[in-house]
Amino acid sequence: MKPDLFEAPDYYNVDELLSDEHKLVRDAARQWVKREVSPIIEDFAQRAEFPDQIIGGLAEIGAFGPYIPVEYGGAGLDQISYGLIMQEIERGDSGVRSTASVQSSLVMYPIWKYGTEEQRKKYLPKLASGEFMGCFGLTEPDHGSNPGGMVTNFKDKGDHYLLNGAKLWISNAPFADVAVVWAKDESGRIHGLIVERGMEGFSTPETHNKWSLRASATGELIFDNVKVPKENLLPGKSGLGAPLGCLDSARYGIAWGAIGAAMDCYDTALRYAKERIQFDKPIAATQLQQKKLAEMITEITKAQLLAWRLGVLREEGRATSAQISMAKRNNVEMAIKIAREARQVLGGMGITGEYSIMRHMVNLESVITYEGTHDIHLLITGMDITGHAAFK
Amino acid sequence: MKILVCISHVPDTTSKINFTEGDTKFDTNGVQFVINPNDEFGLTRAMWFKEKQGANVTVVNVGGPETEPTLRKALAIGADEAIRVNAEATDGAFVAKQLAKVAQDGGYDLIIAGRESIDYNGGMVPGMLATLTDANFVNTCIGLEVEGNEATAVREIDGGKETIQTSLPLVIGGQKGLVEESDLRIPNMRGIMMARKKQLTIVEPADASNETKAVKFEKPAPKGAVKLVSPDNLDELVSLLHNEAKVI
Repeated sequence: MKPDLFEAPDYYNVDELLSDEHKLVRDAARQWVKREVSPIIEDFAQRAEFPDQIIGGLAEIGAFGPYIPVEYGGAGLDQISYGLIMQEIERGDSGVRSTASVQSSLVMYPIWKYGTEEQRKKYLPKLASGEFMGCFGLTEPDHGSNPGGMVTNFKDKGDHYLLNGAKLWISNAPFADVAVVWAKDESGRIHGLIVERGMEGFSTPETHNKWSLRASATGELIFDNVKVPKENLLPGKSGLGAPLGCLDSARYGIAWGAIGAAMDCYDTALRYAKERIQFDKPIAATQLQQKKLAEMITEITKAQLLAWRLGVLREEGRATSAQISMAKRNNVEMAIKIAREARQVLGGMGITGEYSIMRHMVNLESVITYEGTHDIHLLITGMDITGHAAFK
Repeated sequence: MKILVCISHVPDTTSKINFTEGDTKFDTNGVQFVINPNDEFGLTRAMWFKEKQGANVTVVNVGGPETEPTLRKALAIGADEAIRVNAEATDGAFVAKQLAKVAQDGGYDLIIAGRESIDYNGGMVPGMLATLTDANFVNTCIGLEVEGNEATAVREIDGGKETIQTSLPLVIGGQKGLVEESDLRIPNMRGIMMARKKQLTIVEPADASNETKAVKFEKPAPKGAVKLVSPDNLDELVSLLHNEAKVI
């Protein structure tokens, strides 16, 4: 793969909206991705393997629960710092960012928000350091956009719960030490349970032959009469709102992450267009390539401002789920369109592993589907502005 | 051992360079600033002395408030404290006098400066600083060990190396070789969090004047167009080199 020459675009001086600490956190993540992710990621993606040697580094740059308070092993940073870290990691690869998103927003967040003090102390420091890796089980084979219809369930057996069911499309599942699993109790109410690897009847088969997020491990969670200790129930919140609260946090991070993937594609295409000579001039001097590149930087700039404003609202505790849906949907679509256009700027070179573009492009096919599909997010906006739910 | 590391706040090496005010001033608009690479090699070596020999490391910069993020980064990498001399740094003698005042007030054993900053490439400060503080001086330093009061420094010389035995107090003008690029440190989250609590002291400049003044900057002439000559057509190549380029 070519050396990583990435230079981040900042057309509207968005950096001036950031604090010095935001920039320090962002630049450290950027430098780390250049040094540790870019040189190896293409090879791991081609071989469909998760690069587990980067787990320690992800923890060091604060990618695991940056907003979790310091007393639980987090960094105590704000929401914009979290977003910027996700942006930089996804600039490297959406699969690596997925691992960090899941660990932060879908595992550490629910334990922090809905867990007991004992659960927080037991799990959060180890998850922050990467000693434990986590995954999140909500989606089921027959319940994707409709998670409330889940069939995974648990029964109260006096001194433990008995968990049965299956979850699908679970990032980090094949190597996770702990899983935050959403299941219905005997009355049909959804609760979160912490399931640990090694519990009898719990298995995590890997999903093979993906064309997307190849450097991220995806799998199933299968629960066959798993005895879960009662102290592993997350008592702080139940109902569908509990997992959706986690998804708000993860989707917020994805809205930033997608900007990273888009920036990498734009930067690669811009450099290539200036260097590639056809008809005795750089293709960057032709109108059709300029149209592509000019639209890319326009869309990236809009997405940056959307994410920044959402970060401010979220930091103030005012961001609504519908606002988060809008940013996730807009920014991921922006990124996938830029990846496709950038691929064309590079012509045939765009399809090779010499450049990151096609890897970003196929990764984003997952990102536009997971954490609420592109269509569902549109319907959430539709419901928010009209008062009518069109997806039920 | 007390170490003072002098940090210049310089444009990133990929910056687009332009000048304003009739080509007398560097245009900082849209430019990202970093720790001067020669200083960063020195800072990384200082971290080694801190971790292996218990040294205390202070970083210092002469510059306005806009240079503080660069000092914060040095703190996040592991320096113990930072000092900013609140003055614009445009003249080597002026900067050396400010640093000498900080060095004398703090009583440092070892002062690590970069051989030169990569922006204006003056290269004057380390030597002047050694003179002003009455310390020994090793320039173009690519290796440094300290035992007690004795220092062994390796210098890059034309086509080879020179090993020098000297003693503290010592000023070095450091460069790549003190550590390698792969040794440079990325601030980790713990370092960034600890940097919040570390002292960044702002001191007003000592009485000194600028002895030089830049009156004009010029960029290199833009590269000319490239003419491609077919490998089969050597006569044309020779003719172009002789008649057009006039080099043969």
